[in-house]
Amino acid sequence: MTDIGGKNKVAPKMNGAQMILQALTELGVEVIFGYPGGAVLPIYDEIYRQDKIRHILVRHEQAAVHAAEGYARSTGKPGVVLVTSGPGATNAVTGLTDAMLDSIPVICLTGQVPRHLIGNDAFQEADTVGITRPCTKHNYLVKETALLPQVVYEAFYVATTGRPGPVVIDIPKDVQVEQAVYKVPQKAEHRTYRPRTIANEIEIEQIVELLMSAKRPIIYSGGGVINAGPEASKALTELAHMTNIPVTSTLMGLGAFADSDKQWLGMLGMHGTWEANHAMHDCDVMLAVGARFDDRITSRVDKFSPNSTKIQIDIDLSSINKNVQVDLGVVGDAGIVLKQIIAAWKANKASLNAAAMDQWWQQIDIWRARDCLAYSQNSDVVMPQHSIKRLFEMTRGLDPIIATEVGQHQMWAAQYFGFDDPNRWLTSGGLGTMGYGLPAAIGAQIAFPDKLVIDIAGEASIQMNIQELGTAIQHRLPVKVFILNNEYMGMVRQWQELTFEGRYSSSYSDALPDFVKLVEAYGGTGIRISHIDELDAGIQRMIDTPGLVVVDCQVAKLENCFPMVPAGAAHNEMMLAGDIRKTADDEISQAVV
Amino acid sequence: MFMQRGTLTNKVYKETDPMKEKGDIRTHTISVIVDNEAGVLARVIGLFSGRGYNIESLTVAQVESDEHRSRITVVTTGTLMVIEQIKAQLDRLVAVDRVADLTIEGPYVARDLALVKVSGIGEMRVEAMRVADVFRARAVDSSLSSFIFELTGAADKIDAFIEQMKGLGLVEVARTGAVALSRGSDGL
Ligand SMILES: Cc1ncc(C[n+]2csc(CCOP(=O)(O)OP(=O)(O)O)c2C)c(N)n1
Ligand SMILES: [Mg+2]
Repeated sequence: MTDIGGKNKVAPKMNGAQMILQALTELGVEVIFGYPGGAVLPIYDEIYRQDKIRHILVRHEQAAVHAAEGYARSTGKPGVVLVTSGPGATNAVTGLTDAMLDSIPVICLTGQVPRHLIGNDAFQEADTVGITRPCTKHNYLVKETALLPQVVYEAFYVATTGRPGPVVIDIPKDVQVEQAVYKVPQKAEHRTYRPRTIANEIEIEQIVELLMSAKRPIIYSGGGVINAGPEASKALTELAHMTNIPVTSTLMGLGAFADSDKQWLGMLGMHGTWEANHAMHDCDVMLAVGARFDDRITSRVDKFSPNSTKIQIDIDLSSINKNVQVDLGVVGDAGIVLKQIIAAWKANKASLNAAAMDQWWQQIDIWRARDCLAYSQNSDVVMPQHSIKRLFEMTRGLDPIIATEVGQHQMWAAQYFGFDDPNRWLTSGGLGTMGYGLPAAIGAQIAFPDKLVIDIAGEASIQMNIQELGTAIQHRLPVKVFILNNEYMGMVRQWQELTFEGRYSSSYSDALPDFVKLVEAYGGTGIRISHIDELDAGIQRMIDTPGLVVVDCQVAKLENCFPMVPAGAAHNEMMLAGDIRKTADDEISQAVV
Repeated sequence: MFMQRGTLTNKVYKETDPMKEKGDIRTHTISVIVDNEAGVLARVIGLFSGRGYNIESLTVAQVESDEHRSRITVVTTGTLMVIEQIKAQLDRLVAVDRVADLTIEGPYVARDLALVKVSGIGEMRVEAMRVADVFRARAVDSSLSSFIFELTGAADKIDAFIEQMKGLGLVEVARTGAVALSRGSDGL
């Protein structure tokens, strides 16, 4: 066992802070993202006195959680956060909620006022377990020092198994300094929490039968496949290849199935492709894996894929039948169940009706021919779609990790940047948190110091955590921030245009800073692209410049993000660039929300 | 290449939630065995309020003292789909050990306990005592001008008793909400 501080060689009695560091070290934690304050000073002192775990000082606690999320998403390992009581904890709440909605394993240690002051409205006291109860998978207030190792082990177990999520451990300051005997916890399990990971044979048989009966099957995969690890992505690919079934995925699931694969239909949902949404609408058997039928996917549930038999595989029983009634719900780990299906498929020498599949693919090719992502770059102004496309093409061999903020740029990144592997795409899907991208990119860059990590940003979003440029400089992180600067909260403006007759209420990005000067002030490099002729050179310079770079790419200001399924419309009623509405159904045209 | 602007109507789309509208509203009695740790009741209640589920009644007490287990009995209403969601969401809570839907899983016994205070003198007082007798309610407190009756039974029986007491000087009521167990030899 590691002996922190060199004391207590025989009976490992240590103080609470040492116990925390000890437990974290045993659990393989290499990095903590955090911000100090009175209620965590004992832990910070122990961090100072050891050298196994690195501490990354951020500039805002929200960013600490997003950085931990970026670390977790890019590595598959849990991210660890340390913040102080009161404002430290409340600042972390947005990050925790983000991790909750996207099922990201994060362990957040919060300081708390000493036990005897809890409930007294003490200085920097907040009811952290109360506040974070609905935005964590579980949380703990540790009132007994000797329990710390057990709680830390359990928190890791809970955060990383089943459907992953954030866990808060609230630790009163006096618990951090009190001495207790360190007992290495036995295997961290939980008395009442036992996620089910394996499907039973009957379920697998039924899945195989349903798939075999299909004439127009589709695989709809989601973030659960990414969360289940690279093995799950491999299994997804294997199943798709052996069955020739087309694959689409949610925003969260991008990268689980290769963008370059000919069976890939692109993303589905509100800003999904014509072919993906039409195939979802018209399919006869749908295999949903690790996807939860979110409203950005289904749009109007009563018109969602009306004639299909739906199979849903999910680690979380509560995700099944929540929004859409499925015909066969199977609780299990995406990777494990996919492998079970593959084994059964092989054992049964199963196959699909070849003629029907040919027809299905022909239909899909017709939809593909609509070329729904077409745009024209024919003026001096950089089209936002084109900037992403060039960014993708010019970084292709470099296997970059892409983070995003939230808005049109995020959707364009999802549409025009192709991902062939999982864990390369870090975006706030569930909560849609502006300010997510830069800290998430920082977290990924910590895990992969030599990789190209780019935050594709909007000029509004980037300002929500722009202070993290300081974090990147301090820790020498060569993060690249590529701002699609349209001088608007573009996504808000687009909705105002489509649903509020173009009254752009407060969506203009006024009083913008000079982003080039701003990053220079922090000690990084700024690049401005204001003309189409500068685009490639600007991107190349960004790639070639060591250290932190911010690119202010000035793009067409009023471009809209299409295709678009207006909320309340069906998948086959989507809007494409250049048309107002494909169907003239009045009720639906009012339904843009 | 730009589309025409501002042509869609700005009427706000009325939220319809077909999944929640579909199906009859039903009442279910759900048993939840939980680890008796700090905050567990807040988690359960927070889940109901946060997700907009109904609580008709909720009772909780520790039932296995050595194991620190409590049993929560919650009576809730919703469509079948919502009831299924409630159970799955409860089951997802880390501190929840087991969830059973007594309404679905077979016959069960459900009982409320009520304390009912009535005040009156003379004929009213005699009549209150007589009705209590019919309902097998016990007087657990009495003064010259009042009684407190204790009554256990199914919720509708208690409702009926309270209804009758309204004409006989009803002052106030305290009642527990249902506690329930499945019939037969098996336990949860
Ligand atoms: C924290 C937060 N506040 C508000 C919103 C609502 N919102 C969604 S997109 C958006 C505009 C984003 O603008 P920008 O970053 O410039 O991206 P663009 O859409 O222009 O690409 C806003 C305000 C949000 N998603 N997150
Ligand atoms: Mg913008």
